[in-house]
Parts: sequence; C-alpha cells; structure tokens
Amino acid sequence: MEIKPPIPVVPAPVWKDFKDLQEWQQLHQRRPESGDKHSAAFETLTEGLHQFPGGFVLTTVTDNFLNWARKSSCWPVTFGLACCAIEMMATFASRFDVERLGMVPWASPRHADLMIISGTVTIKMAPMLLRIYDQMPDPKWAVSMGSCANSGGPFRHGYHVVKGVDRIIPVDVYVPGCPPPPESLLNGLLLLQDQIAHFRQTGKKAAPTEKHD
Amino acid sequence: MAAEISPRIKTELDYAGAERLTMNMGPQHPSAHGVFRAILTLEGETVVEVDAVIGYLHRCHEKLAETLAYVQYPSIASKTDYVAAMTSEHAYVMAAERIAKIDVPRRADYLRVLVAELQRVASHCLWLGTWCMDMGGALGGGATIFLYCIRERELVLDLFEKLTGARLLYGFHQVGGVRYDVPAGFAADCRQTIDLIEARLLEYEAMLEDNTFFLMRTRGVGVISRELAQEVGISGPLLRASGVDFDLRRDLPYSVYPDFQFKVPVETDGDCLARYTVRMVEFRESISIVRQILDGLPEGPISSRPGVKAVAQVRVPKGETYTRVEGPRGEVGCYLIADGGPRPYRMKWRGASFSNLAVLPFIIPGHSVADVVAIMGSVDPVFGEVDR
Amino acid sequence: MVTVADVRTRVSSFAGAQVGEGDSPIAITIAPTDWLPLAVALRRELGFGFFSFMSAVDWKEDGLEVVAWVDNTDARLSVLMKTRLGVGVTNCASLVSEYRGANWMERECFDMFGIRFEGHPDLRRILLSDDWVGHPLLKSYDVDTPYPPYR
Repeated sequence: MEIKPPIPVVPAPVWKDFKDLQEWQQLHQRRPESGDKHSAAFETLTEGLHQFPGGFVLTTVTDNFLNWARKSSCWPVTFGLACCAIEMMATFASRFDVERLGMVPWASPRHADLMIISGTVTIKMAPMLLRIYDQMPDPKWAVSMGSCANSGGPFRHGYHVVKGVDRIIPVDVYVPGCPPPPESLLNGLLLLQDQIAHFRQTGKKAAPTEKHD
Repeated sequence: MAAEISPRIKTELDYAGAERLTMNMGPQHPSAHGVFRAILTLEGETVVEVDAVIGYLHRCHEKLAETLAYVQYPSIASKTDYVAAMTSEHAYVMAAERIAKIDVPRRADYLRVLVAELQRVASHCLWLGTWCMDMGGALGGGATIFLYCIRERELVLDLFEKLTGARLLYGFHQVGGVRYDVPAGFAADCRQTIDLIEARLLEYEAMLEDNTFFLMRTRGVGVISRELAQEVGISGPLLRASGVDFDLRRDLPYSVYPDFQFKVPVETDGDCLARYTVRMVEFRESISIVRQILDGLPEGPISSRPGVKAVAQVRVPKGETYTRVEGPRGEVGCYLIADGGPRPYRMKWRGASFSNLAVLPFIIPGHSVADVVAIMGSVDPVFGEVDR
Repeated sequence: MVTVADVRTRVSSFAGAQVGEGDSPIAITIAPTDWLPLAVALRRELGFGFFSFMSAVDWKEDGLEVVAWVDNTDARLSVLMKTRLGVGVTNCASLVSEYRGANWMERECFDMFGIRFEGHPDLRRILLSDDWVGHPLLKSYDVDTPYPPYR
C-alpha cells in the first residue's frame, strides 16, 4: 500500500505575483484529489484494517458514527456580508431555529465547521474571506447563500464584485435566492447534512452530484 | 484621521507604563452589523484614535445605475439599505417621477407611506434586537431580547409577504406608482399585528429601562453635540437625539405625509440612551401613522403608468433633482441627472449610514473598547448604504 | 429667520455666480475659486449648518463638476452648490475646514473621480482598496473592468 506524500508547505501567497487565481491554486492545493483530510498514519491504519475479513465493517460503522456526529453539530462561523445576512440571522433566530439542527453560530473560525457566505463578496473583502476560511480547521464545508455569492448576482457586471465565491473557496452547497428566505436556507443546510453523512474519511469522497441511497 | 497603520504591532513603553496598541476590529466580528473595519489605537483600554475602513461591500450601485433602465433599477435600489428596502426604493422612484413630472395616484402614495412606516417598525425591531445582543452577548442575556424582537419583526415581514411576496427585498415601487395592491384581509391583519407590537413594546421597555447594566452602558456614552451632528450631516434618530428638531417627513414633506399627524421626538442628551428613547417613540408614532392610513385608504388605481412591458418604456427628459426620504436611519437621498433616455446619466445615493458613520472618529476616542460596540449599535449602520 | 431673498442677495455678491429660479433647492453655480468662500458665507452668515452630501459628475468633454447640498434646518431651506472644474482640471478646494462631513465625501469623490481636494487632511481611497488603479465613476471607465486575479 502506498503512503501519499504530505501536502507541500508553501509560503503565503502575494496576489500580485500570480497571473490569476487558477495559477495560484495550482501551486496551493487546498484539497488534494483523493479528498482526504487526515494524516498518512491514519490511512495506513485503515488500509491495514481492511486486510482482515470484515474489517471494512468497522471502518464503515466508525465513518457513519463520525459523520452523524459531524452533521449534527456543524457550527457555522458568523460570516454575514450583506442582505442575505439578515435572512441568515432570521434563520438563526426564533421562528426558523437552526439550533435544533445542532448549528450554533460561533464567531471564531477556529471552532467552526461551516461557513455560510451570505452576501456579495467584493474584491476588497475577498482576501479576508480567504483568511477566515483558512483559519477554519478541517473538515470544513462552505455554503454559498444567495445569488451574489453563487455568481455575483445582480451586481455581476460591477467592477468591484467577485463573480461568485467559488472563485475563491470550494463550495459544497449553493442556495439560490435574492435573498433566499429562511426556508430555502434551511433546505440547503439539510442538503448539506446529507452530504456530510456521506463524507468519507478514507477512499474517494462522493461527488456532489452522485445519487446517494 | 489616519492612524499610523504599521505592519507590526508597535508598542512603546514610557514611564507611566502606558503603551499604544493598534488593534483591528476586522471586517468579520461578532457584533452583527456587517463588514466594517475599525482600526483602533488603544492606550490600555481607552480608544485614542479610530480609523474606520469601509468599502468591503462596495457593489458599484452608482455605476450600475448608469447601465440599468428606470424600470430595472428599483429592485436593485432596495439593496442599498437592505433592512429598510421600501424607503430606498422610494427615493429613487420619486427622483425619476419628479424630473419627468409623473403624477402618482393617491392610493399609491398612501400605500407607499404605509409600507414605509411598517418598514420603520421592522427596522427598529431589528436594531433593538441586534444592539442589545451586541451589548449583552450572543449566548446570554442579549439573545433574549434579540429573539423577542425578531419574533415581532417576523410578524411585520409576514405582512410584507402577503403584500409583495418577498420578505426582505421587494420590487414594490415603480416609476408612477406601486406594483402590488393590498390583498383581501390585509387591513385586518395589519391592525392585529401593530396592536400586538404596541403591547409588546411595553415589555421591552420594562426589560431594559429598569436594568442597571443597560443604563450604565448607554447613559453618557457616545455623546454627539449639536454642532457636530449638523456639520457632519448625520440624520434621523441620531440628529434628533442630539437636539436638532429636524424630520424630513414634517419639515420638507414628500408624498402624502402632510395628511397625517405624528409627533417627532427630540432629545438633547445626544448619548446612546437618548437615541434609544427617540427610536422607541418613533415605533409608536409609526404605528399611529399606519392606523391613520388604514382608516383613510382611498380607492383608485395603484399606478399612473401602464404595466412594464419593455425595458426602455420609461424615458425621463433632461433634468436633475435630489429627493430625500426619512428612512429609519436618517436621510436617504437620490441625486439623479437624467438625459432623456431610459437610463440615468448620473445617479448618486446619499446613504444615511455613510454620514452617520463619519461621526465615529469624533465620538469614539475617549471611550473604552466595550463602549465601541454600544456606540456602533446605537448608530445602527447598514453597510449596503455606506458602501453602495 | 433667513429667507430665500437673503440668500440670493448674499450670493449675488460673488462674481460669476448664477442662481437658479427655484426656491427648493436654491441652485447656485459658482466658479471654482469661490467654492470655499461660498461655503464659508453659507455656513457662517446664513446659517446653513447641515451638510447633506457632496458628489461629482463627469460631463465627458466638458470636464468634471462638483456638487454639494447644504441645508438650513431652522429655516428649512436647501442650497445646491455646483461648480464646473473646467476641462482637464481635477483639483478643487476642500470644504473640510467648514463642514466636517465633507471629509469622507471628498475622499469618495477622489476615489471615484480622481478629484484632488486641496486642504484635505487625509486624502486617500475610501471605498476601493488602496492599490486600485483607475477611478471608476469616470465615463471612460467601463463598468465591468476586470481586476486580476479575480477576472
């Protein structure tokens, strides 16, 4: 069995040195292709377990348990940018309570699992968004809320607007709307929970468009 | 007011042991106001200088307005002051109507004032909830009043949903009138909702005004003097709390405001408690205006122009104007220069929160870091207006 | 109480001032050299202490124009001050010494139009980042100008 090399440590980027974001991302792999977010030692252990008959049952059961724990206690970092932030606050508040799903909004990114980008991302704000996203520990998910975060929205033709937050960070769920009412956001968060339930600690991560059973 | 922004934290110790620390209250912080960066220079716990950095939500409204027609832009206009979308749309649409000399039917004007006052109630609910949450902490006492206020606000947003179909950003105003008419049963629902809110306001006041912590955190904090208030151009409840008796609805009336009786609260202290008192009275005055409208809503068409069928349908002849409305945060204005085509030549948004925030470098120095949060909350900025 | 007639008589003492016919607002077009003296007169002698906004307009071949709106809250009068800077001119006097609200408004005009205000204590960009190239609200700037690396 082969042990994958660790991700190379590269110094922090200076935006002006790179021609565009794609070139920067080629040099700074934030998510390697295998989709793993764990150490090489852990993978060695699981591969070893799979040698025994029925060993995969243990890893599957552990995976399911860990995924249940992750999705039932997914803390979003409060990252409200614009109008969608008001609807996000309404989702967190009395009528459309999101704490019953286990999501406690938490201001510090170091303790958060989820980032709901609610609002327009501007070019001035983009480095800050990236910095907050990088401060979140793995495994982490991102929900792009509203049409501004999905694709630039009504301001797409503006000179200061990033045309979609997926130009900066990888996004797991896109919630459309301007702004999406709390029902839509809750729908998106429940879809995210389904996605988390299929998060693989080992092996290939399920693609977002794959049908789950 | 530029603080010396050094790349590293520079600390200098002198004999008294006082050092100056540059602290960043960055664009992402727990007080739920939006993307605002305050670079504070601290001496111990006291703020000595504030450099307010804005622009993190600059969405190019003014440039986009030159590329969008008069029928397309009102729904984008609601995204400037997104907590009070009705007043923002009103300013733009009134500017186009004033240059083109388009008459608005009385029923449409009444509906416009109705939604503006309901929007004021909803916006002040959100202000009270988030301000108290900032001061009290998101996990503790602050969340109490936040959840209560959001519960009230949801009732008003239900009314808006019945009327326009949207909760936060409506495309309700059109050049020549409004787009939707009130559905059946709306008046009864509206009366029920505002009766309920008026009763609940007494609960909030009872919770807050006897609370020693609230009074300590707001009395004498963030005092804005009368001269400073006028020179910087702050408006709305901030101006009236500093002793200037100026309300656009009464003094430079627009739409059908002359038909209604309402009091304009003025306080002279200029601190956070005065701003709180002004807004609580404004709650009640808005509720009384809503009752007057529901009692006297005239029949008639809701728009003097036909329904929108083409993008270039509305052409405004050459002219310029500046229309101002009294939004929940102050004077929202639209300076429009039209050149005869379907798109404006130049459109400038005068955002109430932009001028309101400009007062921060003058009033924050001298207070402690904890007071910065209380002052920011009482100034009640909405960054869609600040950055446009 | 200050009246419209008082304003008109005082303003007519400035050479080259054109006052519009309407009363609300009183539109005053003035030469750039009289920009600050007009503001001084309005604020100190006529009581126009409320500074509403200041902005600029790009009239392509005719140059830039700076506008400002001030109010007298006691008399409920409004004045719209306008000045054409002239073709190719991007300097203007700063009103910060009279109205403190002009601080951020002038920074925004500098950011969006490139107008340098003489006498401003801290003229730097306010809405865009400090290393932005170009002044967006000029008619020569395209609305969807790309900014690498965000395209």
